[in-house]
Amino acid sequence: MRYLPKSPSERQEMLETIGARSIEELFQSIPEKFRLRAPLTLPGPLSEAEIIQYFQARAAENSRGYTSFLGAGVYSHLRSVVTDSLIQRGEFLTSYTPYQAEFAQGTLTAIFEFQTLMCQLTGQEVANASMYDGSTALTEAVLMAERLTGRHRVLVARSVHPEYRHVLQTYAKNLGIEIEEVGYTESGQLDRAALKQESLAQAAAIVVQSPNFFGVIEELPAMAEIAHAAGSLLVTSIAEAVSLGIVRPPAEADIVAMEGQSFGIPPSYGGPYVGVIATRDKYVRQMPGRLAGQTTDAEGRRGFVLTLATREQHIRREKATSNICTNEALYALAATIHLCLLGKEGLREQALQNLAKARFAQAELENIPGVRRVFSGPSFNEFVLEFPRSVKMVNADLLREKIIGPFALGIHYPELTKRALVCVTETTPRVEIERLSAAIKRILERPV
Amino acid sequence: MYPKDYRYTKEHEWVKVDGSNGTVGITDYAQHELGDVVFVEMPKVGTQLKPRQSFGTIESVKAVSEIFSPVSGEVTETNPALADSPEMINKDPHGAAWLIKVRLADPKEAAGLMDAAAYEAYIAEKAKEHSA
Amino acid sequence: MNSKSIDIEASAGKILKVREHPNQNEGLIFEKSAPGKRGMELPPLDVPAVDPVKALGSEFTRDAIEGFPEVSEIEVIRHFTRLSTWNYAIDLGMYPLGSCTMKYNPRVNEFVARLDGLATEHPEQPAEVSQGCLRILYDLQKCLLSITGMDAATLQPVAGAQGELTGLLMIRAYLQSQGNPRKTVLIPDSAHGTNPASVVIAGYEVKNIKSNARGQIDTDHLREFCTEDVAALMLTNPSTLGVFEERIAEIAAILHERGALLYMDGANMNALAGVTRPGDFGVDVMHLNLHKTFSTPHGGGGPGAGPVLVKRILEPFLPVPVVLQKEDGKFALDFNRPKSVGRVRAYCGNFGVLLRALAYTLAYGPGMRQATEDAVLNSNYIRKKLEDVFDLPYSLPSMHEVVFSDARQKKHGVNTMDIAKRLIDYGFHPYTTAFPLIVPGAMMIEPTESESKEECDFFIEAMRSIAAEAETNPELVKTAPHSTRVGRLDEVAAARKPILRWKP
Repeated sequence: MRYLPKSPSERQEMLETIGARSIEELFQSIPEKFRLRAPLTLPGPLSEAEIIQYFQARAAENSRGYTSFLGAGVYSHLRSVVTDSLIQRGEFLTSYTPYQAEFAQGTLTAIFEFQTLMCQLTGQEVANASMYDGSTALTEAVLMAERLTGRHRVLVARSVHPEYRHVLQTYAKNLGIEIEEVGYTESGQLDRAALKQESLAQAAAIVVQSPNFFGVIEELPAMAEIAHAAGSLLVTSIAEAVSLGIVRPPAEADIVAMEGQSFGIPPSYGGPYVGVIATRDKYVRQMPGRLAGQTTDAEGRRGFVLTLATREQHIRREKATSNICTNEALYALAATIHLCLLGKEGLREQALQNLAKARFAQAELENIPGVRRVFSGPSFNEFVLEFPRSVKMVNADLLREKIIGPFALGIHYPELTKRALVCVTETTPRVEIERLSAAIKRILERPV
Repeated sequence: MYPKDYRYTKEHEWVKVDGSNGTVGITDYAQHELGDVVFVEMPKVGTQLKPRQSFGTIESVKAVSEIFSPVSGEVTETNPALADSPEMINKDPHGAAWLIKVRLADPKEAAGLMDAAAYEAYIAEKAKEHSA
Repeated sequence: MNSKSIDIEASAGKILKVREHPNQNEGLIFEKSAPGKRGMELPPLDVPAVDPVKALGSEFTRDAIEGFPEVSEIEVIRHFTRLSTWNYAIDLGMYPLGSCTMKYNPRVNEFVARLDGLATEHPEQPAEVSQGCLRILYDLQKCLLSITGMDAATLQPVAGAQGELTGLLMIRAYLQSQGNPRKTVLIPDSAHGTNPASVVIAGYEVKNIKSNARGQIDTDHLREFCTEDVAALMLTNPSTLGVFEERIAEIAAILHERGALLYMDGANMNALAGVTRPGDFGVDVMHLNLHKTFSTPHGGGGPGAGPVLVKRILEPFLPVPVVLQKEDGKFALDFNRPKSVGRVRAYCGNFGVLLRALAYTLAYGPGMRQATEDAVLNSNYIRKKLEDVFDLPYSLPSMHEVVFSDARQKKHGVNTMDIAKRLIDYGFHPYTTAFPLIVPGAMMIEPTESESKEECDFFIEAMRSIAAEAETNPELVKTAPHSTRVGRLDEVAAARKPILRWKP
């Protein structure tokens, strides 16, 4: 087997050194009746060429050749080959969590740069070395707010990503955290009138997403004021991080939970991505996840170490801030490299292109008879349209034209059937937007 | 080493009684066991304490230890210098690095704790266990 | 320059370098930044430009980000390539971190994960155009079930710790459906720190049970502890001492008799794959760490994946969605599962990691047993060749890892961390120090199957040499490493006054 570096005679020699007659002897502590007699029933073994064939066959069964208008938490953005070639360097790819700092300065320095970039983007003072993804980052942010305030209720906007809310519910269920959902207005923003004083007084946090699941940007400064007046915190989730190139950062929020997939990480059918938690300096000891900090060696050279580890599970065990152990270091590195490449100008330009393309697509689609825009609030690269018939039917027809249509909101919002969330990024060519618009027009003209 | 007018607990806290007020800290033995202290988590002023109740934590780089109250009473003050200079606990645990001041519920309560001689004998016994 | 360096040449003979590094002076990326530079260009905009202030309103827009880097492509390449040379990696040599299973990460896995048609797929796209992704998930599930002898699986958890939580939530839901979720989960003192942390998030209390003098679960103790309140025992098998729980069947029976379940932390599955199956020895629910046993790269701390495998009784409680094959042979995601514990992460988990684990499994097929055998062979070989110089606190047979202690070296003032740091000078990553907690001064060594006899011999030679140094020149060991770009770093200063971001 090509991954195993031993010859049969070397195995024999090693067994003799150990003083065992056979390899079986080394497994004697496993009770006889539980030792497998027959080989495992598994496909393979496959050579490298066969493995590639298997996966190429699978890739061919997917959406190659289709144009997609899906966003809803996962975005298709430009990626540089530089990012991918750098993260494939064995020294990054095949190294462990940097507990032995002297021998892991590469990873630690990159994490320190990642933390810095995340602070600059979010307007927060401190960011961690990454979380699993946006959904778990939001959940951990809520648990953090609970610890900080000692309150056990959270007011969660319904316009937060439905799957993020589902993850939060799963975690909260056994921790005595009460979740109260808050609706949205015609602008698509959180309905402030629905925030009840008695709820606010007991709330650890108001939880919003911006841009929210409908693509609409929330009024965070006003929300922060309401939260703080009631002694609670503002937790802000960000699913589309490219928005931060032009959209005002959530500086007023107390905790920001972000999904960093938009920064150079492929959609990859749901993961791996990279989550982030950023917050104020004064809350750092309640923040979950690894942190890299700057220090020096005995001769005064600058170096980096994992620090404030006493918050974590391997020391505090059942009293830890979270059970998180691995983070998504390799994709934090990818995001760091990607953002360095893109830089100050590039990120802004990318964000502007997203805005321009979305406005163009919105105007094109709104022109179709029977189609109208649903929410009036400011939006970035996603917007919601109402169709005169079921989104599912429209999308089925679009699929025949090799177009993956917009996200059908009715799945998660019963009141929003016939509404769809359209996403357009800098990677969507104008001709494809025009093709979508023409196709929808044709489909809607056809009798049902 | 261990001030004669202090009283000591098995968990290595000390209390100095001054009328109806007490000052609480950790012992030199405790700071030595902990190693370099990097952070101290303090209770809120006004917290009501009972003997052996945990009122905060002390952290070194790789360990967290709870601190227990030697007496009952109400926290009236926490040492403000420790937030910026936790290393004081390693340098002057019996003096400048006191942790909290307490309005004692019962000024006689502390008399039930070990005096300096008893505490020194207690940690000498501990040291023996360690080397065994 | 460094007064400690004088003895080094004389003592180690071959280690001549004292903190010189080809890329000694690389700074932070922010320090290279200058206005107007950039490392990536976008294709021109093909629609009319939009003024953001007009489009969004000034209250919703921001100016350019202060302090954000401005560097060229070559500077990015050089910067991160230089940083990479400060890391150690499996690709450079043995990485004997106990309990971490740092094995070779096959390159073909990286290649297939990046294929157009796999890396490009959106998790919300319709099943009609996701058949390839769904089949990959389905095939991997089948393989994992066959390897573990379990009945049903979820691939959603993205880390071992999340797998633990998912398994515990399912146990809770199952017991609840029987009328009483119960209160406590038993955990041996040798367990990973994530176990108790996960138990708390699942809403249970932790009760620690002590290992016996041989490092095994004390079954009498278990009998006494396993009351009506106990929901489960969380057991790592082989234990963190690298030892198989010989009385595993009895342990399972005690739990089952009292209506409690057996959870197995599969962190150490690399000792078992192809040799024995947890499903056969009484385990009800377990997780696997695909970034350990199934070779997906650690990447400096993640991503990982922690699939959970369960017995039939727990199947109704799996997180949503569940991947299934329909009667017409097509694959689909099933969301309609009323008893489900919910969802622990958005979408289907770390698909890109799952895909690599399948590539690994296909490469071995039934031959996976050989990998297990080689891993166990390596650890026993190292044990045999080192047991005369290092203290072995528990003498039961080792499986994939061996745990020594620094008891003998401590007499010379040298502890496990010093020895670990000194290993760096010999070209090896340190082993795991200070874990498991039941061994004071633990030195936990897991070579994995990826090491040749030659590499094992080099490692043994290095360890023996350090043991000799500990007696003749302890200072040399205590001040190691001497060959890295920076020396031992001041962790106390880092924690007292945290500097967690660069500032201009």
